[in-house]
Amino acid sequence: MSTLSFHDVRVRYGSHTVLDDVSLEVADGQTVGLVGESGCGKSTLARAAVGLAPLTGGQILLDGRPVPNRGRRPVQMVFQDPYSSLDPRMTVGESLAEAMPERLGRTARQAEIARLLALVHLDAARAADLPVRLSGGQRQRVALARALAARPQVILADEITSALDVSVQGAVLNLIRDMRRDLGLSMLFISHNLAVVRYVADQVAVLHNGQIVEFGPTAQVLGAPRHDYTRHLLAALPGAVPLKEQM
Amino acid sequence: MRAARVLLRPVGFAGFGLLTLVLLAAAFGPVLWGGRAAAVDTGNLLAGPSAEHWIGTDNLGRDLFARVLVAARLSILLAVAATAISLLLGILLGAAPMLLGRRLGRLVTSAVNVLVAFPGLLLVLFFAVVFGVGARGAVLAVGVAGAPAFARLCHTLMAAVSERDYIAVARIAGVSRIRVLLRHVLPNVAEPLVVNATMAAGGVLLTFAGLSFLGLGVQAPSYDWGKLMQDGLNGIYVHPLAALGPGIAVVLAGLAFNLTGEAFAAMFGLGDSPGRSRSLEEPREPVAATPAVPGTVLSVEGLRVTIPGPAGPIRAVRGVTFSVSDGEAVGVVGESGSGKSLTALALAGLIEPPVRVEAGHLVVAGEDLMAAGAHRRLGTSLAIVFQDPMTSFNPAHRVGPQLAEVSRFHQRIGRRAALARAVDRLRAVRIREPERRARQYPFEFSGGMRQRAMIGMGLMGDPRLIIADEPTTALDVTVQRQVLELLAEVRRDTGAALLLISHDVSVVTDVCDRVLVMYAGRVVEELPAKDLRTLARHPYTRALVAAVPDMDTDLSRPLAVIPGLPADPVHVPAGCAFAPRCPLADDHCRAVAPALVAGVACHKATEVPV
Ligand SMILES: Nc1ncnc2c1ncn2[C@@H]1O[C@H](COP(=O)(O)OP(=O)(O)OP(=O)(O)O)[C@@H](O)[C@H]1O
Ligand code: SF4
Ligand SMILES: [Mg+2]
Repeated sequence: MSTLSFHDVRVRYGSHTVLDDVSLEVADGQTVGLVGESGCGKSTLARAAVGLAPLTGGQILLDGRPVPNRGRRPVQMVFQDPYSSLDPRMTVGESLAEAMPERLGRTARQAEIARLLALVHLDAARAADLPVRLSGGQRQRVALARALAARPQVILADEITSALDVSVQGAVLNLIRDMRRDLGLSMLFISHNLAVVRYVADQVAVLHNGQIVEFGPTAQVLGAPRHDYTRHLLAALPGAVPLKEQM
Repeated sequence: MRAARVLLRPVGFAGFGLLTLVLLAAAFGPVLWGGRAAAVDTGNLLAGPSAEHWIGTDNLGRDLFARVLVAARLSILLAVAATAISLLLGILLGAAPMLLGRRLGRLVTSAVNVLVAFPGLLLVLFFAVVFGVGARGAVLAVGVAGAPAFARLCHTLMAAVSERDYIAVARIAGVSRIRVLLRHVLPNVAEPLVVNATMAAGGVLLTFAGLSFLGLGVQAPSYDWGKLMQDGLNGIYVHPLAALGPGIAVVLAGLAFNLTGEAFAAMFGLGDSPGRSRSLEEPREPVAATPAVPGTVLSVEGLRVTIPGPAGPIRAVRGVTFSVSDGEAVGVVGESGSGKSLTALALAGLIEPPVRVEAGHLVVAGEDLMAAGAHRRLGTSLAIVFQDPMTSFNPAHRVGPQLAEVSRFHQRIGRRAALARAVDRLRAVRIREPERRARQYPFEFSGGMRQRAMIGMGLMGDPRLIIADEPTTALDVTVQRQVLELLAEVRRDTGAALLLISHDVSVVTDVCDRVLVMYAGRVVEELPAKDLRTLARHPYTRALVAAVPDMDTDLSRPLAVIPGLPADPVHVPAGCAFAPRCPLADDHCRAVAPALVAGVACHKATEVPV
């Protein structure tokens, strides 16, 4: 696995600066949680790393070299909405096969599909199903399997559990932790849910108004926040200051 | 199956039937009647209809009816060829932004938009002159002239598809642009294209007839329907059928294409002619009327909501009974599809046929909603807040007047007074500069502000109950906090009761006094909010709470998960709906549905360790 590093990354749309000199490192085998309110630029940062958002300044490097954005990409992304991220006309198997780096023979391909589905705890028989037959959580697991099919060095997960039901979210979070343990994946895990980030991330970066205002080990950032904005985020959590008592 | 059903409906039957006849004529006409159509009969020039010549003969005595049948092939071939040209060019032009990159693509798109604005006939005539007189020129002219409309359609359809994440995913995976177009985009826009192309072919048929009629299209000795019409025109007062015959053929063939297009649309479930859903199979079980619980602002018993569906009725809500006292805050939690939203809509009197609402009683703020026409009067005593406030406001109207309208409608106060109240209410929900904001459109508000304005709209009246369905789900934590605080404040000021629906257990426990847990259209547990995390007795409630990580979750252990899938509301199991996923389930659970007794609907509630 590898290190993904953002150096003074700047993204501007028109006169609106979305990311303002953001530097961040996702180290080898680490899961970095990225938190912040909606519209603060979390997704833009991830999209920039896979060439879906144009850089106005700075660099994004994978092991010291620019991230290739042609052909097969070593950085893969998983999206928020499991209902929009799978082609409704392709079976699960076809979607996975498309993402594979090399063309395999029929049997080798079947074996690889089965291996990938097993990685995300899905039955190999699911390969023949169209996405309509899958629940949101199952779709999201297929989306993860597809990202893994490309044999990536880094995975960017953008709010991958926020469209899921709570009962399903748990299974996907467990899967993320298993994958890090078993495959040693480096991952940028974006979420606005602090409890979820606390559960999966080794380190946390807090993004506010296009800038990283705090970065450090999860326990430290969420347990003993130093920046005002981080404290503000933590205080907004349901149950942090009970609403009923205020009345 | 769906295709079969569409075929059996009048539109599908007529369309496909007619089209089959037209295509048969095109295929076999020249073979079967070619001789007869070419046979010159000098003794019978320009004859009228007779038993031998049904619609008469032309100036060489050739049988016109046979000629109309023979002309079918050329007419149809020309129309199909021109439509194919339009479609192909349209796809290429429509895909330009995707294939050529943003800047060049935008250029192509604006060119297309200019062309679409031209009158179609003008374009056809222009191109007919460019490409020259004759059948080939006409095909090219009509084909090219039709391209802009298809290009625009393709562009719109493709733009919608290319926003989907799977396109981005394919690009990241290194799939080339052409392959993305062929594998992901085209298959997903194919259905509406097929429908439009079929309908367009009908129109093209008419255009061709027009061109040939004007002498710009097919030239003698070939003939299509338009040419036959032109030939027949000279004698229109003497032998009207000579011109009308081919005309009728054009109309019939055009109709065949159009109806077939309609039928395709119904088959694909596009447009406004969806496959009509089958009627509910089950007879209505009569629900015994019961009186409302006194001292409550909301009282409902045995609420059932049933939606007709193609695979049988969807029993989304299956007997929900509860009440909300004056000023109380009650939460409803449960996973997606458990019937929370439909319960809320039914309570607000917002469900319309064919969806069916039944209840022993359903009394909201003193209004009996089961009585006919009752929900009209609910306006001022009930406030409703939905998940997506963008869809709750009319985007074309300013926010202030939209709020004012509520009062004008329900309280019959003047326009100026209503607007003043709207501004006052916007101030009450802490929107800064309410006078200026009232003059803005909904899209000028941020998500959190729209949600406040929605609550403000509810406060235009004098609500005794606020129903809020996932009011903060689309918002992030800090804004969510503000909206929840606002709701709490409104309740403190007005004494209104609250029914808060959310999938987020922590939001509900934060705001509510009492919680209802729904599963598969039923309330499975009802308990004080403060006990939800610690004293829940139903296995589902306990699993739901355990599955959600919070800031104190043990990091060394995997999260609890609920195995299996939520119950399918079309096939709810006979016994306990949770049995297939429940670790405690036994045969009794699978056979007998547990009733809600002492706050919990589980046969083993007493055994569940606390
Ligand atoms: N218009 C409709 N046509 C067909 N089925 C419907 C329709 N509306 C709702 N349903 C079905 O009824 C069931 C209950 O839906 P409802 O919207 O009440 O769920 P919910 O608990 O609010 O879920 P969520 O948490 O996703 O909002 C679901 O299975 C849903 O698919
Ligand atoms: S009734 Fe049986 S199956 Fe249903 S929740 Fe209780 S123990 Fe589980
Ligand atoms: Mg809902």
